Amino acid sequence: MRGLALAALFCTAGALFQSAAAATWHVVIRDIAYHDVPKEVHVGDVVVWTNKDFIDHTATARDGSFDIVLSADKTARTTLKRAGKIAFYCRFHPQMTGVITVLP
Amino acid sequence: MPPAKVFGFAIVGALLWVCAPAVATAQQPPATAPAYGEQAAALTDPQIANIAYTAGVIDIENARLALKKSHNPAIRAFARDMIRDHTAVNRKALALVKKLHVTPQDNPTSQSLVRQSDNVRAELAKMSGKAFDKAYIDNEVAYHKAVNGALQNKLIPDAKNPQLKSLLETGLKIFEGHEKHAEQIASRMG
Repeated sequence: MRGLALAALFCTAGALFQSAAAATWHVVIRDIAYHDVPKEVHVGDVVVWTNKDFIDHTATARDGSFDIVLSADKTARTTLKRAGKIAFYCRFHPQMTGVITVLP
Repeated sequence: MPPAKVFGFAIVGALLWVCAPAVATAQQPPATAPAYGEQAAALTDPQIANIAYTAGVIDIENARLALKKSHNPAIRAFARDMIRDHTAVNRKALALVKKLHVTPQDNPTSQSLVRQSDNVRAELAKMSGKAFDKAYIDNEVAYHKAVNGALQNKLIPDAKNPQLKSLLETGLKIFEGHEKHAEQIASRMG
């Protein structure tokens, strides 16, 4: 019984620690541009991409760390796994660009 | 004059004629173009919808030809982008005209566009390899330049319905991106 209680405590503490450490950032694509791109995030943070245009887009990291296809009116998420300055763009519309700095 | 330039000018001729008051002295109108007086008048929303939709269909057909003929990855990716975007814009346009109970109206500009683009595509179809790739992408630059000019100077100002105007403005943003993208690819091809 005591073991179960301890396990529950650890799980709760773990969940709390994780939610406190990892932030979620919302990037919106509207009018053929990325909006609200966070300048600095941390490894483990999550970026939620929402495409509000009626045409498809991508969020593609130039270093290959992510490549997300975003259909019209769809949302997708990616967890940033490595530190560095990540330049990204839309493969379908190369004029759409952004940069996120991922801190350790 | 290189073939690609000829292609571009053929299509540009049809679309420049839409904006005739601004550019009439810059280039002779194509022989098949309607009389100046007809196009100097403001276009109606049904005519504008038809011209914009037709322009999209033409670029989709050009892209389909490119997918049949080209093995160049950059050209093929660009062609797929054109099909994806112009299909989405035209789908949106169809939904809008249905909602507004507007019936797109055929008109001399649309007819001229179709006729001239058919000629351009026939010329492109005779080419292959690098010559085709170069001619296709150069034509995409010229075509988007002409369409964007027509949107900016004539179709958007003449559009009366705010939703149609807004869709045309969004279309212009998308197509300006296409123009830049095509220019980048063309510059890499020399």
